[in-house]
Amino acid sequence: MFENLDGKLINDDGSEALALAARIWALKMTNAANSSHIGSSLSVIDILSVLYSGVAHISPNNWKTPDRDVIILSKGHAAAGLYAVLGLKGFISMQDMQDYCKDGSNFGGHVTHHGKIGVELSTGSLGHGLPYGLGIALSLKMKQSDSKVYVVMSDGECDEGTVWESALLAQQYSLDNLIVIIDRNRLQSLTSTESTVALEPFADKWLAFNWDVLTIDGHSHEDLRKALVKSDKPLCVIANTVKGKGVSFMENSVLWHYRPPNLEELEVALSELEAN
Amino acid sequence: MRNAFAAHLLNLARKDQSILLITGDLGFGVFDDFQKELPAQFINAGVAEQTMMSMAAGLAASGYRPFVYSIANFPTFRCLEQIRNDVCYMDNPVTIVAVGAGLVYGVHGYSHHAVEDITIIRSLPNLTIYSPCDSVETIFSIDKILEGKHPAYLRLGKGGEPIINEKSHSDIKDVNIIDSGGEDGLICWTGGIGFKVLQAAKLLKQRGLCPKLVSIPVLNSQAIEELLLLNPDQFILTVEEHSLAGGFGSLILEVATGSIFSGRIVRLGIPQRINKEIGSHEYLLEKSGLSPTAISERFESEIMQFRLK
Repeated sequence: MFENLDGKLINDDGSEALALAARIWALKMTNAANSSHIGSSLSVIDILSVLYSGVAHISPNNWKTPDRDVIILSKGHAAAGLYAVLGLKGFISMQDMQDYCKDGSNFGGHVTHHGKIGVELSTGSLGHGLPYGLGIALSLKMKQSDSKVYVVMSDGECDEGTVWESALLAQQYSLDNLIVIIDRNRLQSLTSTESTVALEPFADKWLAFNWDVLTIDGHSHEDLRKALVKSDKPLCVIANTVKGKGVSFMENSVLWHYRPPNLEELEVALSELEAN
Repeated sequence: MRNAFAAHLLNLARKDQSILLITGDLGFGVFDDFQKELPAQFINAGVAEQTMMSMAAGLAASGYRPFVYSIANFPTFRCLEQIRNDVCYMDNPVTIVAVGAGLVYGVHGYSHHAVEDITIIRSLPNLTIYSPCDSVETIFSIDKILEGKHPAYLRLGKGGEPIINEKSHSDIKDVNIIDSGGEDGLICWTGGIGFKVLQAAKLLKQRGLCPKLVSIPVLNSQAIEELLLLNPDQFILTVEEHSLAGGFGSLILEVATGSIFSGRIVRLGIPQRINKEIGSHEYLLEKSGLSPTAISERFESEIMQFRLK
């Protein structure tokens, strides 16, 4: 399944190339593992690709050093997307990616930290990444470090009370080193966010909690790079995205939250990505 | 215990800036000295236990030693998944400090009674439960927690408990023999109920019975197994201010089942039911069969039956 990928690492300036390669890998991984959340992975891959392509000061070389920036993928079900990016950036091996969801692997359908570099927090239960990141951001302030904490969340995740508890505490502690990026694809587990638990006016809610808020196109790497700069307050970037982005029959469909592509669907998906 | 905790932690935190005291907006008056002297190491996280616990995990992951303080139900049941995933799964050295163990909060009612916490917390991986019976064992527990680098649960009473240990905190072990007794079996307990057990032991002495008295401040299966192996054919009464469903006595039974222990174990604790009556700590203990008289009578009748067999 993976033999036609050369497995070369993507350089820092190549976030677009990284995102394309990560989409291909995530599709192949979910196909081979017969395990999904591919729609969620395709939705967030641009955000992760930009973060790991130089915006965040993090690489396999400075992993676990005190001056690194911290990235937490709080929507842990997009594990295939994160592992694809981590593999292409050299945090984990190509073999690790191919072992995704295999018996005995460290790399399952939800993000785990076991034995490998690149994962700060095991996730999978929503609403944990922001309060955990809050603790790290607070520790960095106490140590007078300039490092930053990026927490990538889903929009459906904002149903969780801990998100709003953390939003209160982040402004209380003046954590201008804490940046939340919300993968705003407007779909959650069963249907749209707005017909489940309406989030709008979403930006206003974060503003009311005294955060800085930017609403951007979450697939525009340029927009993402412009948004992810230092703010005077905790910063919330609402990144408008498309669930299943890049594969026409997966886009804006709840089905692909659960369903992995079969071989036939994989081939169509790969040809679409390569055509674009 | 609570005041001993606050004073000892302040002493240690003066020398170790990584020690943080995080409170869930509780502990009025208890931490005045700490807050005044070490404001940079004191955090009031507000009434947000779930976020407080994950935040503490994040701080611990960054090299700090947070002690997260609240009334026992709140930093446990309210945020169980945060403890399970962010503290235990990640093996972050957070210490949960739960005050008001058992029925200590008396008239405040069931919402404030911690009678199922041992059961739930002891099922979690990477975490050790410390359940001291007095201020000496509290200091021993804090020191031992800081020697390691793993999650811990420190289960405290409230304030003003009598001191049971005559020895120094540095001489205490995970299984702590208070009185080596005669040849009349053992009474083992964990936590503040130890004082009632001591009163029960005085009543038993008048009846000519001198059991070995054992406080178990650290729920360490290996140390408990060693105790059982030293007393393999004895009668043991376990006493806990906690539900009988899965608590301290259940742990002793679990350890005994896998060992060569061939004596008999009887458990005393709180029946698994909601007490509809309001009452003081003393009143509720009595209602639960945990008064000195009830403990001594149960011990006497059970050891007599054991000897007849």
